Amino acid sequence: MKKKKDTFINMVVSLFAITIIAGFSLGFVNELTVGPIEKGKIERKVNALKQVLPEFDNNPVEEVQLISSEIAKDSVEVYPAFKDNEFVGAAVIGSTEKGFSGLIKIMVGFKPDGTIQNIEVLEQKETPGLGTKMKDDKFIAQYRGKNPSTFNVMPTKDQGDIDALTGATITTRAFGEAVQMAYDEFMKNNSSLTTLKN
Amino acid sequence: MAEKINQTQNFLKGIVKDNPVFVMLLGMCPTLGVTSSAFNGLGMGVATMFVLLMSNIVVSLVKTQIPSKVRIPAFIIIIASFVTIVEMVLEAFIPFLYEQLGIFIPLIVVNCLILGRAEAYASKNNILSSIIDALGMGLGFVIALTALGAIREILGSGSIFEFKFVPEDANTFILFILPPGAFIALAYLTVLFNKISIKTT
Repeated sequence: MKKKKDTFINMVVSLFAITIIAGFSLGFVNELTVGPIEKGKIERKVNALKQVLPEFDNNPVEEVQLISSEIAKDSVEVYPAFKDNEFVGAAVIGSTEKGFSGLIKIMVGFKPDGTIQNIEVLEQKETPGLGTKMKDDKFIAQYRGKNPSTFNVMPTKDQGDIDALTGATITTRAFGEAVQMAYDEFMKNNSSLTTLKN
Repeated sequence: MAEKINQTQNFLKGIVKDNPVFVMLLGMCPTLGVTSSAFNGLGMGVATMFVLLMSNIVVSLVKTQIPSKVRIPAFIIIIASFVTIVEMVLEAFIPFLYEQLGIFIPLIVVNCLILGRAEAYASKNNILSSIIDALGMGLGFVIALTALGAIREILGSGSIFEFKFVPEDANTFILFILPPGAFIALAYLTVLFNKISIKTT
């Protein structure tokens, strides 16, 4: 077959045809994947909740509280957990833009008195192999069972109590900030949460 | 095509003689960016290889229908579509790999290896040759990225494919996980690769 000539009409038609086909095929793939992607996101959230909270028997995802905050740009999500109609703790989404590559989003589980139960990383874009080590158990274990009212969540370089990740001080600092933010939000709303009954 | 192309030669050239990373030095951005571990390098390599294969097939099929003045935008649209498809499929079905590669997947669009092969090869050759070219080049890219990732992981974290062989608190050359280490490791690998490949050919 001969190559098409460079006429104006030919160029417009061929580019138009290619973009139409590309658009339709992308729409088709999007239809196929949008379901699993959404499902995966919710599943990850539920799994994270199970990881960070003490045992609970309600559905925290449905009872999510959106609390407006001055620290975060967005409202803060708080997931209260109950067992036998008793408040056993809450998971708070802490976030910061000060990560090495921007946004870091973590979920911090608190017991009613503000002690950290566990932490899960939800979203991050840190350097693979360095900043991503904040997901490791060894790092997060430093926070478990600690109460930020007596325990400084910042790295030792900032007079805190946390051993920074090697080569990722900025990540550690941002992580500490996100934990502190989650703690502040939790304490601010602690009284209203405890009275909340199932 | 009048002359017959030696398809074995065609396949092997992507791995040795014209290796995209060590010889042609194409696609440096993902090469340096994601190879902090062997697994990341492998995943990026395979994703790139898939896009390269699909774009070579399509470009080779539609080459006569595209006026040459608008060929570059046309190729880019084709490549970008496949990259977006890869991104969506990865996010939906292999979320853990998607999390690891994250921001580097959209960057496959601007990987000059893919546009380079579309422009220099697929737009001039038939579909079979283009497929073999893509497989050879893609495999060359996969091997290069995995090797670079493995070396950086061994030196930088003391592990290979997440399997640690040094004690937990051992001091490793963290430099090799950081961006400068990527350049250093790539430079030495390139020297080594060219030394060996020149000797053998």
